[in-house]
Formats: sequence, structure tokens, C-alpha cells
Amino acid sequence: MKYWRAPLDTDEIAVVRGKVYIINDRCKGCGYCIEFCPREVLEFSKEFNIKGYHPPVVKSDGCLNCHYCELLCPEFAIYTVEAD
Amino acid sequence: MAKAKANQKVHPLEELIRTERLPHIWCSGCGVGTVFSACLAAIQETGIDHKKFSMVSGIGCSGRGAGYVKLDSFHTTHGRSIPFATGIKMANPSLNVIVFSGDGDLFAIGGNHFIHAARRNMDITVICINNFIYGMTGGQVAATTPHMDRSATTPYGNPEMPFNLPLMAYASGATYVARWTMIHSRDLTDSFVEAINHRGFSFIEVLSPCPINYGRRNKIKSLDMLKLFADNTIIKNNADPAELDIDFKKGVVLGKFVDIDKPTPDENYEKVCMMR
Amino acid sequence: MEPKVLTGEHFINGDIACAEGAIAAGCTFFGAYPITPATEVAERMSERLPDVCGIFIQMEDEIAAMTSILGAAWTGVKTMTATSGPGFSLMMETVGLAVVTETPCVVVNVQRGGPSTGLPTMGAQADMMQAKWGSHGDYEIIAIAPSSPQEMFDLTIEAFNLSEKYRVPVFIMSDEVVGHMSEKVLIPEAKEIKTVARIKPKGRKDQFKPYQPGENGVPPMPAIGDGYNVHVTGLTHDEQGYPVMSVDTQKDMMNRLLSKIRDNLDDIIRTEEYLLDDADIVIVSYGVSARTAFTAVDMARQMGIRVGLLRLITVWPFPEEMIRDLSKRVKGFVTVEINMGQISREVQRCAGANAPSYLVGHAGGTVITPDEVIHLIKEAF
Ligand SMILES: Cc1ncc(C[n+]2csc(CCOP(=O)(O)OP(=O)(O)O)c2C)c(N)n1
Ligand code: SF4
Ligand SMILES: [Mg+2]
Repeated sequence: MKYWRAPLDTDEIAVVRGKVYIINDRCKGCGYCIEFCPREVLEFSKEFNIKGYHPPVVKSDGCLNCHYCELLCPEFAIYTVEAD
Repeated sequence: MAKAKANQKVHPLEELIRTERLPHIWCSGCGVGTVFSACLAAIQETGIDHKKFSMVSGIGCSGRGAGYVKLDSFHTTHGRSIPFATGIKMANPSLNVIVFSGDGDLFAIGGNHFIHAARRNMDITVICINNFIYGMTGGQVAATTPHMDRSATTPYGNPEMPFNLPLMAYASGATYVARWTMIHSRDLTDSFVEAINHRGFSFIEVLSPCPINYGRRNKIKSLDMLKLFADNTIIKNNADPAELDIDFKKGVVLGKFVDIDKPTPDENYEKVCMMR
Repeated sequence: MEPKVLTGEHFINGDIACAEGAIAAGCTFFGAYPITPATEVAERMSERLPDVCGIFIQMEDEIAAMTSILGAAWTGVKTMTATSGPGFSLMMETVGLAVVTETPCVVVNVQRGGPSTGLPTMGAQADMMQAKWGSHGDYEIIAIAPSSPQEMFDLTIEAFNLSEKYRVPVFIMSDEVVGHMSEKVLIPEAKEIKTVARIKPKGRKDQFKPYQPGENGVPPMPAIGDGYNVHVTGLTHDEQGYPVMSVDTQKDMMNRLLSKIRDNLDDIIRTEEYLLDDADIVIVSYGVSARTAFTAVDMARQMGIRVGLLRLITVWPFPEEMIRDLSKRVKGFVTVEINMGQISREVQRCAGANAPSYLVGHAGGTVITPDEVIHLIKEAF
């Protein structure tokens, strides 16, 4: 269950790639996902969402599908899936 | 945690959320949503039929939890979620009853109900969001506000001392006691799953930021609060509940402190009264 | 194990009769906190409920007791609590929750002298206005006042039936004297006892609106676990049960909560008339004081004064129409009650300028004597 520690032993197991989904209009811009992503794949978007916040955007493709952003998000606004 | 399937276009917890009620009332940076999310993930992970769950909240920001979960859910009066849950559980022991509420609700106005439900080992799961403050009413001092912290009603610093909640739970008879912070979301979810599956009174204190009404007055930004949670905490399972006072300077102890098996009042009532 | 209904003749007190009425009505959950003079209800329930697979729980206070019966009610069962003045005061916030969430439940108040700790072992009828207005906000509830142990049995069943039918808390406003008085109580056979079952919703679960009115303006009520995923809140809510902080939602919700009672007064209100047809003077009374009033009517008649009695079995909602109609043809009203003027004010309000309204009241601790009633009638009329 310790997905977010998985990146540390990526050399031992098959590399899992993740795809991040962001539900822009749910975001309230707290930035927790951006700050706490262990792979630092997120940044604030320049765009505003419907509520006037800057939601996150994916800046790089290093997501390992650890789901930490999904768990931390207070708004149900972000989740990750295994990339195909 | 139920992992989303590839190309899934909805959030993995969607089935448990009253999405038509979003956005929820919680402020930007508030930790309640994260704890709530962990609670839903735990419900999903137990694999138990959702019909067998019920969520009960009191009043407060945290107490709005019951309003967003797609389960039979009850938003009661201030402090009374536990006796409401007690009524549900005793009347229908086959239900899993989760109390989701705040520190003020459960330990100030509702403190008496808490200790008695723990004493009875009432088979319910009590999740307390401890944000050290009365969030909803604008940041007044709580029974959990650290000594000398500022609040709307302690403008010169809190002259009183806060509760050690796990100690109180343990001393009152709770049979499962844990403390996490909202950023320890994976341990938190695991703990919620254990607590739901636990037979008897389970209590999880979750430290959580209220940037608006606690952080602001005490000059702690929400991210800094989360960093305190990450850096100034020590995971120590089975720690002595007497040593769980919250002091971020010394390091706040997290973990599971109590997990024991004892009969519950619904089982005992059946044995002692019905099958006499 | 004793059967659910103790058919036969019993010599029991009002509190015990009340408990037996609850069991006969199908009550299977009772949460309470001990208080004189209502403890016997709890004691009897603790003994009897296991016989019917019911739950008795002594909670840590009356707030918890009242709250626990609401939680239990949402699992689909019939619930009750019993208390007296101090406990009744503690329950009041939760009474509002019961009203606004439309949770059926029965609350017994075996009244004693107040305010505060007052006269714990001595009767009064001074919580009548509290029953109507004790919780904050506008609302309608039903309150019934039994005059005898037999009525403690019969009207407790009635209270459950009304509570289920209208999804409203029903108060049994008894008093120490009726609670502790022992008399013959006839318990009929189970099949002769009419009980009302809760109306459950039908139709598609995903389209169900928990507060959409059904028959009589009362919404059907699912139980936890039926799969309706209801949300129930004490906040002002729409038909979906979701909180909406708006003037219109408040108005709609309040209108329905009030009208489900106000539009069904004929079905709800019960009164008893004694020699009222030709009466010039009408005594209005209820509960234990009605016993005094019956004797007073007989005494007055012997003296040639045409006095009749309107006994309120239902005190709330108040039988306004009846008082108003009577006020047009009688010389005046005399309300007999063990308080310093509560229901007498209602009588006065309804009679208006048509007829004067007098009080034979008492601060509490004992019953009113028929002589006191006669004395007032002679002085006033
Ligand atoms: C009987 C009563 N007293 C006071 C209030 C006002 N009130 C609403 S929420 C609250 C405090 C909530 O604090 P807490 O439980 O810590 O929740 P938070 O908002 O911090 O999540 C108070 C005092 C109330 N609603 N009811
Ligand atoms: S006031 Fe505090 S506890 Fe309430 S929603 Fe805002 S941040 Fe959260
Ligand atoms: Mg709080």
C-alpha cells in the first residue's frame, strides 16, 4: 500500500508510469499537490479556473502513479491512473 | 484505496461523493477535505457494502463531512454526533457508523458523550479533525488550542492547557486509538480501514490545518503547517498515551497507540438481557 | 419472558402504564436518564424491552438520551424517552432537530414543580408552554395530556401513532400525580390495539427526495441501510434534504412543517366534553387537573350553576376553533391547571373579547381542589 515510497526502489521493480487527471474547476489553488509531489511534476497553471484559482498543470512526465496528489487534495480535483 | 482505471474520467471516489454539492464549504488549504477523502477511500477499501455505512457529524467545518458523503448521513446538533451514532448502532448493530467531526464538537460541547461512548466500547468509529480551533465560528479558542496560542477569544495568548486526546480516549476505555496528520494520508487511510474493521470504540485524531482561523492568527501559513506535520512528527506505534501532548517543538508523536479486543455493548446487551 | 402486550386487568401506576403502552405500540428503543418522577418509566422499559428484542440504554444525560432516540428512529424503529422538567429543558435543542428532520419519536414528561430543581417529588403542570415553545424557532408539535394510568397506556399508543403518521415528536405531558397514581388499567388484546406503521418510500432510489411531501404533507421515511443514501440535516434544507441558506427555502420548509400539523387538526385534536351543551361557564382543563374539574362541574350543577367541562386530551395543537366557537355563546371560561397561567392564556387569546377567561392555578406541589374552582366561579360570575 505504500505507493508513494515506491519511487525509491524503482530499479528493482518494473517502472510504473502514471497519468495525472486534473478537474480544473474543482481546484481551490492550495498548491499542496504541487508542493508535495515527490516527482515534482506539477506547477501552477497560468490560467484561472471558474472559481478564480490557478489549478495545477503537469509540467513534466515523471509521474509514477503514486497517487499522493490524489490523496492529499482536499477538493477531489486531481487523481492519477496507470498510463498505458 | 481503489485505484482509478486507465483513462478513467472520473475521480476514484466519485461514487461516494455528493458531487452535485461541490464545491464544498471548506476554505482553500483547509485539511478537512483531505481527511474526508481519506475516510471515503477507507470506506471503499473495506469492500463493505455502502448501504451498511452511515456517517454522523456534529456542527462545525469538520461537521460538514456528513453533507458530502453519498451514504445515509446525518448532520446533527453541536456536540451530539456520538449519542446520535449510539442510537443508530444499538438499534441496528449490523451498520458501520462513522462519526466525522471537529475537536470543538467532540471534546468541548460533546466531551461527555465521547468519554461515555468510549467507556461503553460502543462499536463506532470516531474521526476527530483537530485543527486546534473553532473554525466555523471564526477561530475562537478550543479545548485543543495549545497554551499561549492566539485565537479570536485569546487575543493575548491562550492561558489554558489543551487536552491530550488519545490519552483521554484511552483512559475512557477506547479500544482503538491512533493519531495522524492529514498529510500522512496513506497511514491515515490504513488507520481508518483498521478502525472501521475494529470491533469496539475506535478513535482517530487527525491533526489538520485551519489556515484561515488558526494559521492566520498564529502566523503559520498552510504549507508551513503541513511542513511541521511532515518534519516535526515522530511515528511511534504503541507509545504511552500519557506522553502524547502536542508540542511541535519537541515533536508530535503519531501512530497507533491502542488496539485491544473487548466485547461491545450491543453484543453484551444481547447476551445479558435478551438471551438471559 | 412476558408477552409484548400484557392483556388483562392490572393495578399499576401511570409510569408503568406508559411503559406498557409504549411496548404495545411497538416501541423497541428507549434511551433515557433517570429523573424523579419519571424513573419508573425507564425502569419498566429496561425490564420489558429485552422481551420484545428492544434496546434500553441509559445515556449519560438527557441531551444524549433525546439524541440517541433520533439516531435509533432512523434505523426504522419506534423510539421513546421519558423525563421531567430539568431533563426536558436539556432536551430542547434536540427537540428542534427532531422537528426539522421530521424524526418520529415520543417524549414523556412526567412534570414536577419548577423552575430548576424545584419540587422533584411533587407534581405540577408548568412545562406546558415549554412543550410548545421550548426549542428555538417556530414549529408545531403534538402534546397529549393523560389524566389517569389508563390514559397513560392508551395515549402512549396514540402518541406513537401520531408521531409515525405526522413524523413529528409527540410529547406525553403527564405529571407526578398521574405518573405515581395506581389505578386499574385494562390492557386489551394485542389484535385490538391499533398501531400505525411508518410509511416507507417506493420507487426509484436514485430519484428519491427525502423531504418531498406525500400523503397529508408528510414525506415517506426510509431507514438507514435501505439504500436511499439520504442526507438529514438540522440546517434549513430543500426537498432533497440538502442545506440551502435562502429565504425561499426557509419559507417552503417552514410552511410544510407547520401545515402538516395545522392542516390536519381534525385528525390530531382530541377533546372530551362533559355537560357542555347547555353550559354557561366552561372549565378548560387537562391531565390530573381535569379530574378536579369533573368534580367541580358536578358540584356546580348541584348548586344550579350550569358549568361544563372541555377536557383537552391534545393540548398542542391547541383547539382554537372550539374555544372560539364556545366563546360566542358562553359567559366565560375557567382554566384549571397546576401552573400560574399557561393554557389559560391560550384560552384567553382564543376567547378574545367574546368571553372572559379566568385561571384557577397553583404554583405546584399539590392538586387543585374542586372547592377552589367553585369558589372562583362564584366570585367571578
Ligand atoms: C449549541 C451550539 N453552540 C454553539 C454553536 C456555534 N458553533 C458552531 S460550530 C462551533 C465550533 C466548531 O468547532 P470544531 O468542532 O472544532 O469544528 P471546526 O469548525 O473547527 O472544524 C460552534 C461553537 C452551535 N452551532 N450550537
Ligand atoms: S475556517 Fe478553517 S476549518 Fe473551516 S473550512 Fe476554513 S480552513 Fe477549514
Ligand atoms: Mg476545530
